[in-house]
Amino acid sequence: MTATLAPAAPLVRPAPFLPGYRFEFVKLLAQWRIRVVLAACLAVPGCFVALISGQSALPTDTVFGRWMHTTGWAGSLVVLAFACSWGLPLLTSLIAGDVFAVEDRLGTWRHLLVAVRSPRRIFLTKASVSLTVVVLMLGCLCTSSVVGGLAGAGGGPLVGLDGHLLSGGDAARTVLLAWLCVLAPTLAFAGVGLLGSVVLGRSPMGLLVPALLALAMNLVLLLPVPLAVRLALPSSAFVAWRGLFTQPVQTGPLLIGIAVSLLWAVLTTGLAYLLFLHRDFTDLAYDGAGRRALAIAAGGLTALTALTVLVVAVATPASGSGIDKHKLETSLATSFAHLYRMQTQQLHRPAVTEGELHTSAACDRGGPQVPDSGPGNDWRCVVSWRLPGSTAVGSAIYQLDVAAEGRYVADGDGPREVNGNFVVRTPSGDAPNPLWQFDGYLDLLHTI
Amino acid sequence: MEWTPVVRARGITKSFGNVVALSGVDLDIDGGQVVGIVGPNGAGKTTLLGLLLGLASADAGTIEILGTRIGRSLVVPVGVAGFVDGPGLYPALTARQNLAALAALRGQLSSREVEEVLAEVGLTDVADDRVRGFSLGMRQRLGLAAALLTRPRLLILDEPANGLDPAGKRHVHRVIRGLADDGVAVVLSSHRLDDLAELCSEVTLLAAGRVVFTGPLAKLAAESGELDYRVGTSDPSRAAGLAARIPGLRVIDAGEPVVVRGPVSSLDDLVVRLVGAGIAVRELSPVISPLEAAYLALTGVDASTGETA
Ligand SMILES: Nc1ncnc2c1ncn2[C@@H]1O[C@H](COP(=O)(O)OP(=O)(O)OP(=O)(O)O)[C@@H](O)[C@H]1O
Ligand SMILES: [Mg+2]
Repeated sequence: MTATLAPAAPLVRPAPFLPGYRFEFVKLLAQWRIRVVLAACLAVPGCFVALISGQSALPTDTVFGRWMHTTGWAGSLVVLAFACSWGLPLLTSLIAGDVFAVEDRLGTWRHLLVAVRSPRRIFLTKASVSLTVVVLMLGCLCTSSVVGGLAGAGGGPLVGLDGHLLSGGDAARTVLLAWLCVLAPTLAFAGVGLLGSVVLGRSPMGLLVPALLALAMNLVLLLPVPLAVRLALPSSAFVAWRGLFTQPVQTGPLLIGIAVSLLWAVLTTGLAYLLFLHRDFTDLAYDGAGRRALAIAAGGLTALTALTVLVVAVATPASGSGIDKHKLETSLATSFAHLYRMQTQQLHRPAVTEGELHTSAACDRGGPQVPDSGPGNDWRCVVSWRLPGSTAVGSAIYQLDVAAEGRYVADGDGPREVNGNFVVRTPSGDAPNPLWQFDGYLDLLHTI
Repeated sequence: MEWTPVVRARGITKSFGNVVALSGVDLDIDGGQVVGIVGPNGAGKTTLLGLLLGLASADAGTIEILGTRIGRSLVVPVGVAGFVDGPGLYPALTARQNLAALAALRGQLSSREVEEVLAEVGLTDVADDRVRGFSLGMRQRLGLAAALLTRPRLLILDEPANGLDPAGKRHVHRVIRGLADDGVAVVLSSHRLDDLAELCSEVTLLAAGRVVFTGPLAKLAAESGELDYRVGTSDPSRAAGLAARIPGLRVIDAGEPVVVRGPVSSLDDLVVRLVGAGIAVRELSPVISPLEAAYLALTGVDASTGETA
């Protein structure tokens, strides 16, 4: 080398991760909208659960709603079920959907680039921050609902979705596990939010599309679509956690739901990353990555859905709606046995065990013309059992409303002294009759 | 040690699709120099400054900053700072938070540096107010403060005078002059020449992506050529008649006052004849300043209409 050149200045290095992460965090939390959302997540569920636990009217339409008087764990699960039906996807896309769009709105991309000197780093910090906030939000919802529930109704044992009793400790563990499982589909929608934010930029569609997608998926899950399609949507994990509350635990749909959700989270985040790196930051007029990016994003997600439907259809025993006469009979007989034992205890009658009852059920849907499978509110079942030491066979009638997702409500239709009255007279006063109406949950994947 | 220019750019070309934003632009800036980039809207000023900041890379040509050749976008030597297209601040954060975050991103900067630059641009009193409530001028000054945080050797400012009142402008000018005295190279842009006239040692005039003039301002004024002059007299109609007969002089407006166009020598002629004819000369002034005339002529804007030729 000759000495003709002065020593060149060293090059600017990309900003380190941690300050970038902190910067993004401060920026996000500085928005009143985000603060309001987080504060609401911390306050609303707790107040709601504490309030409802002390009232006579319970949200029996929601799973576990009918047990809110009995135990605080039910309150947390009611909040979880509410959150899963629309709250989480909406809140998630509101938060995750904004981390990129906010720079478009403020016109600050160039300045951020000059400060950070690496689009990769920017993506990494933004994605990490939105992950953090989403986890924080879920944590707030969970903590708040548990605290509200325990304050309102205590930490007593919880009746599962097949009537079996979870002790306080088991209930606590399973409730936390259920919240944890829901993290997976929440991350999937956070990914959709990121992707929407990158693809659609500052246009309000960026916030709307992920939320609409989530609502659309929830609608699909309400319809009697084939089981393979149902399981292949990330939203299915928003429902499948209920399988944790039966014995044995319904792991099949839950694991598939979590796997699909994580796939979605990875694919959406990956696509968002690639599209983000290919973006032209010098263009001020930029308003979303354009039609091509939109096509790539939509195409990628459609392909993923098609692929998962195919894999689920081939690799699992999923067929039809997953709801049939036999499953319903088994599930109903099990639930009835558990709850009958509970009623016996309430009435201080001689103790029985589920095994001694030899419970069985016979179900029929809509008379002889209608095939005995699929969701509907026209299922009618007769449960029979035998008391130990007696030859007489007891029987009770139930009307069943079976939803496409596998949850059913059994409504007692007599005889009056078994399941016809919503209270039972116990020596210590009236108590809710567990056999009058109860929830059940079918394992749609289970085959016999 | 061999002397190195802070910026040495040769033949820079940059297109966006079929829009040629810059075409064969050369630029030299030394330490301690304040260079103005002037041109009408869309001339390519922001594009040029963006290339210096490393926001994009040129299609052709070479750029050396502080002795380092830059090519890949976002890679520039340490010591370059500034902003293009507004100061880029986060309205939900306070002035101090904005600066502190940038300081943290660049590392090894303490809160003392933040206080220093806040004081330098005169925003100490409002340091804990949210930027949302700041006026345009305050934002410009905060943007300048952000650029000063890293103590740059090359400071790039895109339209820094935008939105500043006279006092604010004086303040910013003082800061920039102080930096230049300390040897910092400053390059700033404006679509108005008068913004730069009192600050810049050199200007580069851009029009449609090409350099149409580069050099000291005095030289630019000399290139103004024929100017329009307002001639106020005691007898406008006779004055107009006299002016029409002087070679090289054209009467643009025969009203009151008379407006004529021509070289200074013909104008001298006119004054002599007016006085000779017993007509009193009450006013003689160029309709627009020579600098502005040169600017308008060189950037292809017609002085009388203000529209692009
Ligand atoms: N990212 C981009 N994509 C497409 N065209 C661009 C882009 N950036 C600049 N241009 C075009 O390049 C030309 C120069 O733009 P530039 O912003 O550099 O002008 P300017 O001199 O800064 O104008 P102004 O005074 O309005 O700020 C314009 O025609 C503009 O439309
Ligand atoms: Mg510009």
